[in-house]
Amino acid sequence: MAEMTYLEAISDGLREEMRRDETVFCLGEDIGAFGGAFKITEGFAEEFGAERVLDTPLAENLIIGAATGAAIEGLRPICEMQFADFISCGFDQLVNVAAKLHYRQGVSVPMVVRLPSGGGFSGGPFHSQNPEAWFLQAPGLKVLAPATAADAKGLLTSAIRDPNPVCFLEHKGLYRRVKGEVPAGEHTVPIGEAAVAREGSEMSLIAYGSSVHLGLQAAEELGEDIEVIDLRTLCPLDREAVLASARKTGKVLLAHEATRSCGVGAELAALIAEQAFEDLDAPIRRLTAPDVPIPFSPPLEQAVLPQLEQIKEACRELLAY
Amino acid sequence: MTLSELSATRGAAPAADSRLLAREDRARLFRFMAMMRAAEERGLLLYKQGKVPGSFYDGRGQEAICVGAAYALAPRDRICILHRDLGAHFVRGVTPDRYLANYMGRSGGVTGGKDGNMHFGDRRLGCVGMVSMLPDMALVATGLALAFRMRREARVAMTFFGEGSTANGQWHEAMNFAAIHRLPVVFVLENNQFAYSTPNDLEFAADPIGRAEAYGFPGQKLDGNDVEAVFEAAAAAVERARAGEGPTLLECETMRMHGHGAHDDMSYVPEGMLDRWAQRDPIERYAERLTADFGFSEAEVEGIREEVRSYVDECAEKALASPMPEPEIATEGVFAERWEPLGDGEAPWSRWSRDTSNGAGRLPERSAA
Repeated sequence: MAEMTYLEAISDGLREEMRRDETVFCLGEDIGAFGGAFKITEGFAEEFGAERVLDTPLAENLIIGAATGAAIEGLRPICEMQFADFISCGFDQLVNVAAKLHYRQGVSVPMVVRLPSGGGFSGGPFHSQNPEAWFLQAPGLKVLAPATAADAKGLLTSAIRDPNPVCFLEHKGLYRRVKGEVPAGEHTVPIGEAAVAREGSEMSLIAYGSSVHLGLQAAEELGEDIEVIDLRTLCPLDREAVLASARKTGKVLLAHEATRSCGVGAELAALIAEQAFEDLDAPIRRLTAPDVPIPFSPPLEQAVLPQLEQIKEACRELLAY
Repeated sequence: MTLSELSATRGAAPAADSRLLAREDRARLFRFMAMMRAAEERGLLLYKQGKVPGSFYDGRGQEAICVGAAYALAPRDRICILHRDLGAHFVRGVTPDRYLANYMGRSGGVTGGKDGNMHFGDRRLGCVGMVSMLPDMALVATGLALAFRMRREARVAMTFFGEGSTANGQWHEAMNFAAIHRLPVVFVLENNQFAYSTPNDLEFAADPIGRAEAYGFPGQKLDGNDVEAVFEAAAAAVERARAGEGPTLLECETMRMHGHGAHDDMSYVPEGMLDRWAQRDPIERYAERLTADFGFSEAEVEGIREEVRSYVDECAEKALASPMPEPEIATEGVFAERWEPLGDGEAPWSRWSRDTSNGAGRLPERSAA
């Protein structure tokens, strides 16, 4: 075990897998000698050589498409989108080619697409998005969104070893802000399993990514018996964990930074309403970004992204219901 | 003499050199083209009989390109085949019954009903099947080639597309990246004059073949209705790729003799254009050539046609006997449980029965990226 940041944990997981398995390689923009926009692959080119830390031209369809071909042939490519937003430029290859190949033809595509996502630093409308719902409507993609350093490493390792295309959302706001104990050496976290981040019995706060930390902070500051569920994987969704917590507490707050309509929260609300309705003691609440692009100016961005005080207020209301 | 040299010195006596094509190769080239024509005619009939859901797409008039190009591949090479290229599937080992069953959505089709018409590739035969976004496979083939390069394997990826795809950004991304890393890809461009209804002069201002040089690798424009010309150019390009010298673009001039799909009345095709191209039918031209230049008798050529017709009839019966898929499988197979390698394709070119390398082997380090 060693304490490291979320960012260091991602680097550590990548490095471990590249050392363990020579078929694993990274490709993306500025990831080689430069080490990547966020320095995830800093030092990798020196250790693994330029070919396994492959600098690509500025062409996201190429990154995803070439990774798809290489994965079909048995390599384990890890694509870095410089920002998650740029997956829009590689979307066709991801959702039409990679995602559907196994269903259509039995061809497995073991690849990872790393997606630095999220706002909170005046990145504006094209460097702050949370695109997870785009992928959830494309059957054939697994979607991960770790919140802790240990999970970031463990889920990334599992993603690299998975025989399917995996979208790995790494929230930029967590990169250097979140630290934690991370197992040294090989560390995997199973895909498709949520975690109870904080046990409680009065209400459930179900979240993923950055919202997990807001939820934990809110629960601590309120000093209430709030359970915080960290989804960790968005597809395949751990429905049992969600339903178990909802049934246990009877009150559910769903929180995420992505926009509201048809988001993960909407899916969870429908799931709980369909399968745990009789156990509910209050209407299901959602706290999300509104359906707007992420604005640039700090006061505007803060007006859009879920804030700690809003989560606390929603918790108070639910607890009092 | 290498194949490239053979091809370069071809000149006045085209392909007469038996070091490139043996007599049985020529019979096979003819047979694959005739089989594509017969299978597509049979498919169109099934469509008209209401047995094919959706529409029907064929490559009538383009048989020489897919057959000639795919014939140059070795077993361990990989290929991305599009919807005008049925003959390439046949060269690699797909049988017509599985093609016809795929069109009819039957369980015996290559995709078992999961996908239709020409949207298939038999992974056991080294093929990654197309998607409807036609330029996409150029990038997938580039990725296959990237894997070969990274493992220092002397293997080749081949992909097809129409001139319509050359207007799309993904095509550019593939060409550019393959050039940067000199990846072993053969890009086969079929210029069949129309992207659905859009003619060449609304597709580009400069002939796409000129772009190969701009990207930094060779391009060759050729008669796409001459199966041996296509084969020779493809064989040279494959050899170039296998030797670590990088990609080649082959622009094969041809004509789509049917509509984009069976629903397309081709009202946009200028009068007389189809008649002119019909004079250059690749199958009839090759039949003449076999008797005039290569010592085949009329009876032999007719015998191949006859054998193919009865084989396709047999295959159609088999396809019609194949049951529709069970509805339960509609929700199966979204995710893979494990990675499985593609299988190798058939490689009927007689060279591969003489050459024990099967086109595999390792590249010398000097040719590595």
